[in-house]
Amino acid sequence: MLNDDIAAISTPPGEGGIAIVRLSGQNVAEKISAIFKPYNPGKRIETRDSHTLTLGWLLDDEGDIIDEVLVSIMKAPHSYTGENVIEINCHGGNIVAQRCLEAILALDIRLAEAGEFTRRAFLNGRLDISQAEAVIEVIRAKSEKSLKLAIKQLTGHNSQYMTAIEEQLLKVNAHIQASIDFPDEVGDVDINEVSSILAGTEEIIEQMLEESKRTDIYRQGISVAIIGKPNVGKSSLLNALLRKNRAIVTNIPGTTRDTIEEHITIGGIPVKLIDTAGIRITEDMVEQLGVKKSEEVISEADLVIWVLDFAAGITEEDMEIYNKIAGKKRIVLVNKEDLELNISEAELNKLFTGERIIKASVKEDSGIKNLEKQIAEIILSGQVKQDDLKIMLNMRQKSALKKAKKHIHEAQHIMHTAPLDCLAIDLELALESIGELTGKNIKEEVLNRIFHDFCIGK
Amino acid sequence: MIYEAGSYDVVVIGAGHAGCEAALAASRMGCRTLLVTLSMENIALMPCNPSVGGPAKAQLIREIDALGGEMGVNIDKANIQIRIINTGKGPAVQALRAQADKYEYHKEMIKTLLNQRNLDLLMAEVEEIITAEDTVRSIITKTGAKYNCKTVVVTSGTYLKGRIIIGDIAFSGGPGNQFPAEKLSDSLKDMGLKLGRFKTGTPPRIDKKSVNFDAMEEQPGDDRQLRFSYISPLPDRKQLSCWLTHSTPETHQIVMDNLDRAPMFTGVIKGQGPRYCPSFEDKVVRFSHKDSHQLFVEPEGRATDEMYVQGLNTSLPEDVQIKVLKSIPGLEDVRIIRTGYAIEYDYVFPSQLKLSLETKNISGLFTAGQINGTSGYEEAAAQGLMAGINAALKVHGRDSFILKRSEAYIGVMIDDLVTKELDEPYRLLTSRAEYRLLLRQDNADLRLTEKGRSLGLVNDFRWQIFQEKKKTLSELISKLHQATFTPADEVIREFLNSKRSAPLKDRISLWELLRRPEIKIQDFYYLGLITVNDPDILEQVEIQAKYEGYIKKQKEQVERFEKMENKSLPADFDFSEVYGLSNEARQKLDKFKPISIGQALRVSGINPADINVLLIFLETKRRK
Repeated sequence: MLNDDIAAISTPPGEGGIAIVRLSGQNVAEKISAIFKPYNPGKRIETRDSHTLTLGWLLDDEGDIIDEVLVSIMKAPHSYTGENVIEINCHGGNIVAQRCLEAILALDIRLAEAGEFTRRAFLNGRLDISQAEAVIEVIRAKSEKSLKLAIKQLTGHNSQYMTAIEEQLLKVNAHIQASIDFPDEVGDVDINEVSSILAGTEEIIEQMLEESKRTDIYRQGISVAIIGKPNVGKSSLLNALLRKNRAIVTNIPGTTRDTIEEHITIGGIPVKLIDTAGIRITEDMVEQLGVKKSEEVISEADLVIWVLDFAAGITEEDMEIYNKIAGKKRIVLVNKEDLELNISEAELNKLFTGERIIKASVKEDSGIKNLEKQIAEIILSGQVKQDDLKIMLNMRQKSALKKAKKHIHEAQHIMHTAPLDCLAIDLELALESIGELTGKNIKEEVLNRIFHDFCIGK
Repeated sequence: MIYEAGSYDVVVIGAGHAGCEAALAASRMGCRTLLVTLSMENIALMPCNPSVGGPAKAQLIREIDALGGEMGVNIDKANIQIRIINTGKGPAVQALRAQADKYEYHKEMIKTLLNQRNLDLLMAEVEEIITAEDTVRSIITKTGAKYNCKTVVVTSGTYLKGRIIIGDIAFSGGPGNQFPAEKLSDSLKDMGLKLGRFKTGTPPRIDKKSVNFDAMEEQPGDDRQLRFSYISPLPDRKQLSCWLTHSTPETHQIVMDNLDRAPMFTGVIKGQGPRYCPSFEDKVVRFSHKDSHQLFVEPEGRATDEMYVQGLNTSLPEDVQIKVLKSIPGLEDVRIIRTGYAIEYDYVFPSQLKLSLETKNISGLFTAGQINGTSGYEEAAAQGLMAGINAALKVHGRDSFILKRSEAYIGVMIDDLVTKELDEPYRLLTSRAEYRLLLRQDNADLRLTEKGRSLGLVNDFRWQIFQEKKKTLSELISKLHQATFTPADEVIREFLNSKRSAPLKDRISLWELLRRPEIKIQDFYYLGLITVNDPDILEQVEIQAKYEGYIKKQKEQVERFEKMENKSLPADFDFSEVYGLSNEARQKLDKFKPISIGQALRVSGINPADINVLLIFLETKRRK
């Protein structure tokens, strides 16, 4: 705890062009090298001089690129904390920073306690003695804030699952410890039973982590799918919203065969935009795959922007798509209002009674602001599926669960070959990881559990 | 009329398991020592179960032994049965357990005490400890003898204001109806110590001649020649068996019918009893779904017919105890020799102690054993040894001897005592130790003998045995590393085949081969690959090889742990001075006065933010 390797996002939460993940500790450079791939392969971070910048990619645990990042290294003692410090500048504000941090925490680097960087800076003589009180205030304020947050997050579904996990781990630990410390009264542990309890616990954790991936997307914002038949201007809309040129824009129908995802913010709320392939009945196999994918995206999207072509009028194909989005939260965007119209406003209103209809010309940049406003309204009014959310995990919870899972996994691995006392090491660590969240004294809890579950005493 | 009776470096009050170790350690370290006991007949008495060792406790005995203490040697002389329990559960938790011969144990200990240079025995009741300037000066006995002394170790067990309860009868008394110590508690209170009250109990003792063993299951000892101390000769006496029986639904009905006469339930008993040692009536009530509890009938010695009914500690009225016993298979015609009872006694809140077991307030005053709220002979003996050592070091003007949680169960126990609020008598458990795999009974000598030697407690005889063992060990370990074999090697190939062990793929050392679960080090001896055949040595090496990975894991944990332990807080640290601590944290820290950051973190209610605040405060002070 005194000087192990720690990390945290050090830019304030909310939106910003970039975010910084800060790491401090003896071995942070060596550790980060495992997931940082410099553009210039010769510039591995641990070989770089102090106070240099290195450009490259940060990878997740599957080797996929999270973001293009700029990494600065400041070696001890010439750094903020006085220890080796790495700072990772990533794009796109908090969402990307969260993902970067998550990847970093998988490297045997711990999430920093509230105010810990500052505390280290002070202890290593980087801050003046007159700042001591201010440093203490920072620690107190941050720890109270995170405590409040933790308590808030331990309600509802989260806490039910956490309690279930803790309960199972307590049970297993208590049984093993009781069998060791009170052999006459408790007898032997049934390893197969332990193994099956652990399998169940591991599954719950896995589910939570899976579920949280889904809800992460929510926290990262909502997902908005742009759909419509080919060549109505979906990619152009995406680009207009992005104000940058990523999707390939042509007038040949069917070029966007796979989906394209981009993260933007609308009114400070994160939004994941998904451009789908044009939905069209076709013989082309590749395109059929694209169509299938589009249907999947529709079903997963929180909000659908259905793009119609004002100039082309409403066709049978359009109506088929309209059927597919029945029941989804949606906005009807009638594009190309700058061209000669093939459908009247009255007809539109009659056809789509009660729909949110926006007239726009993506090409002329008209109606886009209105669209953004409507999207924000829908999100803020909570019309998007908030009730579906079960598990939302913060970084600390996630990293604790992952740690617990790792130890359970190791325990399972040695279950049938290692003796009980070795097995107990991993199981204790698993329980401790969860205990860190609930702040319970694990040793006492296990003891209480032993005396509750078993008739001890000679 | 008070008279000057003499002067000592160390006075030990109480000659139970803590007192005997304390007195022996102090006198062996060259201090003139007086051991005062209420009764010469009750020295090293085992007033409860006739057994020592078991999980955590066996490790304690081996640690006491490695530090030159007496318990291991004494139980080796005075047992009727010894065996290893938890054998299938791993190297860290397997534990020796001996059934003691209570009478021999007492006699052997008296012999040792009387033969000890620098040590005087005295039968008396100490009524008062005299201090001046918060420092111990002398003690005064009931008969007016005043002994001046530099240090006092109080090891008064459950005698302080002892009160015995049997059904609706209650009277003042120490264990086994001895005289209690009525005055000493008040003297301790006068010195500013806070006392609490605990309860414990013991089962009835029955007459062997009235027991029908045919209705019980025999529990023989181990065939192996086992001992606690490596300096003891290998035992060659016949072992006595214990017997297993169980309570019946009828037994439980008798208990339920008489709850209105059970002092545990009528409010007569106020002291808090231990959860791990509940009374039988408590078990029946709390686990009402069980219609049977196991009971062990154990001999109390070779020369007595008294038998202990393990599992039946009770304070039910005597007539109910008889009915309860008679409802148990094999005890239909039983005769009670001693009635079971509960005992309440004063204890000193151990949060008032330093890690040396000296009280924080009174210089030179040490407490050890049950007076510190612990239970168990082994826990008492280990504290007695440490208090005796530290009293002697104080007399010699040397630094205290402290064992860390990562070094010994003794360290775990004492650290627990001074950083916890006890709400029941404290018993050591292996699960209280963080680094169980390092604190094994098999390596206690390797962990502690050198420390014992430098304290002056390990004599030449023990030292020589230890040196030889160490040499043999390191030679054997390097031999196992050096001896390598290839897949072509005929002998190894056949051997692996016979063990159904996978054939070799590459060159491999014997050490690596030993990691395979199916390969035993003894096999290497039979194959003529090694010449050592001492079971203790082989066991030690085998554990080191087989569990190398886990041991390494724990050693890494220890490294992290020690960083926090080494960040020390000054002894006179004023926590109220620290800006930014929460009120709760300030009160707790002020109460327990931790001596390191690591210890502070173990005080309940202290969170990482408090630790960070402390760290900053320390740094500010350092720079000023």
